[in-house]
Amino acid sequence: MAMRFPRLGTSQLLALGVILLANWMVSPQFFDIRVQDGRLFGSLIDVLNRGAPVALLSIGMVLVIAMRGIDLSVGAVMAICGAIAASLADSHALPVVLAAALGAGLLCGLWNGFLVAVLGIQPIVATLILMVAGRGIAQLITEGRIVTFTSPQLAFLGGGSVLGLPTPVVLTLGMMALTLLVVRGTALGLMIEATGGNPRASALAGIGTKLITVAVYVWSGLCAALAGIVASADILGADANNAGLWLELDAILAVVIGGTSLFGGRFSILLAVVGALIIQAMNTGILLSGFPPETNLVVKAVVVLAVLLAQSPRLGGALAGLGVLFSRATSGGPRR
Amino acid sequence: MNFRALLLASAVSGALFSVGAQAADMTIGFSQIGSESGWRAAETTVSKAEAKKRNINFKIADAQQKQENQIKAIRAFVAQGVDAIFLAPVVATGWDSVLKEAKEAKIPVVLLDRDIDPSGKDLYLTAVTSDSVHEGKVAGEWLVKTVAGKPCNVVELQGTVGASVATNRKKGFEDGIAGASNVKIVRSQTGDFTRAKGKEVMESFIKAEGGGKNICAVYAHNDDMMVGAIQAMKEAGLKPGTEILTVSIDAVPDIFKAMAAGEANATVELTPNMAGPAFDAVIAFKEKGTVPPKWIQTESKLYTQADNPMAVYESKKDLGY
Repeated sequence: MAMRFPRLGTSQLLALGVILLANWMVSPQFFDIRVQDGRLFGSLIDVLNRGAPVALLSIGMVLVIAMRGIDLSVGAVMAICGAIAASLADSHALPVVLAAALGAGLLCGLWNGFLVAVLGIQPIVATLILMVAGRGIAQLITEGRIVTFTSPQLAFLGGGSVLGLPTPVVLTLGMMALTLLVVRGTALGLMIEATGGNPRASALAGIGTKLITVAVYVWSGLCAALAGIVASADILGADANNAGLWLELDAILAVVIGGTSLFGGRFSILLAVVGALIIQAMNTGILLSGFPPETNLVVKAVVVLAVLLAQSPRLGGALAGLGVLFSRATSGGPRR
Repeated sequence: MNFRALLLASAVSGALFSVGAQAADMTIGFSQIGSESGWRAAETTVSKAEAKKRNINFKIADAQQKQENQIKAIRAFVAQGVDAIFLAPVVATGWDSVLKEAKEAKIPVVLLDRDIDPSGKDLYLTAVTSDSVHEGKVAGEWLVKTVAGKPCNVVELQGTVGASVATNRKKGFEDGIAGASNVKIVRSQTGDFTRAKGKEVMESFIKAEGGGKNICAVYAHNDDMMVGAIQAMKEAGLKPGTEILTVSIDAVPDIFKAMAAGEANATVELTPNMAGPAFDAVIAFKEKGTVPPKWIQTESKLYTQADNPMAVYESKKDLGY
């Protein structure tokens, strides 16, 4: 099945371009990239690298939201899986560490999926449970302190590089490709969109909606686990209090910026990742700009508002109308 | 077995200290906030150790970050008729009525680590706290002394925007470098007191300041952000500790590891031993009637690479940070 190219992607890519340009204006060396110890080094690489955790989360989140669900627990799942990875890193081999952390993410996803699909609890409430409890679980694992490790294999997943690209970026690209293959390479994507659009009709049409619901929450849990591993590997330790804190909101924002409706239905994985990059490009730009930190959130809010307004169909129509009026007024003169 | 040993120990200590036996018989209740941070856990551990040193029967109530739990704990301590109550208040206001109850029961209250509003009232005996403005000043003065007149561009990693500790540590550092026109802060951003944000912000500082060549020193409002910043510098091919000086605050174990490796230069301690001075004040008050000052300021000790950081790390690593 051919990959549907996002028709509505222009406004997101435009927004990303404008933000990158603005970053270049506040910091002229923004696009400079050099090689440092065998890896690419520059602000643009930072945007990709720092954006990786939210991008990973948004890959899972976009599927959940397409099913008219939401997963608030991803930040807490990050903390749990990061804590598990960091506490096992020095005593076990990397495959064991990864299996344990990803397994925990899978279990968390199963739990969410069970609550939503089998017990029929509203997704926002169902995942809120793990959002609150999950951070507590992570704190239990780390006993409230920052667990550090020295294992170079795990550290590679956060600070290493493959062909010059930071490992988190490569992992994100890999996860994105895998998800695209599974979802768009088969009829699964269509089924997700159908279920999100009208669950009852889809069930009547023979789609296993419950199974698909559980599957997307599990996938979201796995993505969160990977993001948690990356976050821990990055700081060579697990900070249960802060790892992934509020990142569920960034992931939802990334999905929404990417044009996927919270009411389910059509979705785009690529644009959700672009949404994550938009958020990170903005964060990096704020850090480079030298604005006082008190203005960070205001700047962020204004930019997000602008990006979302640009996508609003009504406002788009109104602006187009204005444009037509304007062009009539200006082109009308000489003709006379 | 343990119980018998305890009995024996108390009998022996009772015999030994029969003259000044007051302290040995003393029961003190401590309403601790909860386990909000590693420092808090270390404070609890050190308080227990300090109580043991003085043979004080020490009861800790964990409030799980809730004021109502702290108020309940204080009422319970009053009902038990303890000799003194230590309180690490989770918020600054709303203590008047419960502290009045303790006062009516003639039980002195000592505030640990944080003050209450309105401060200096006669509802408590004394407050043992650190001065976070002073901490920043010690850091600033160390940097001025270390660069010895050479021009120095400093980048600052602030704590969470709006947190009083962050505001005070910023102000203190600015006071500390005020006299030296060669030292100036060129960039300042918040790293939210976390390692991950400290690393991310430092990465962008390095890029914004010519690959780090224009940066002479990093000042972080806590050690965790500095640990992240050190990683960022290393990944950028810079040498923290030699090419770029570092000074931060808190003195958590991991910064001593970095200091031992030559990657960090200095840290100012926020001592977890708030209970020690408080015990001494209460004992002096109970035995000799000495009224302590309303505010006992803990020492903000500066540690550098010359202070045997590995030994300090060993002594701190099991405190629960």
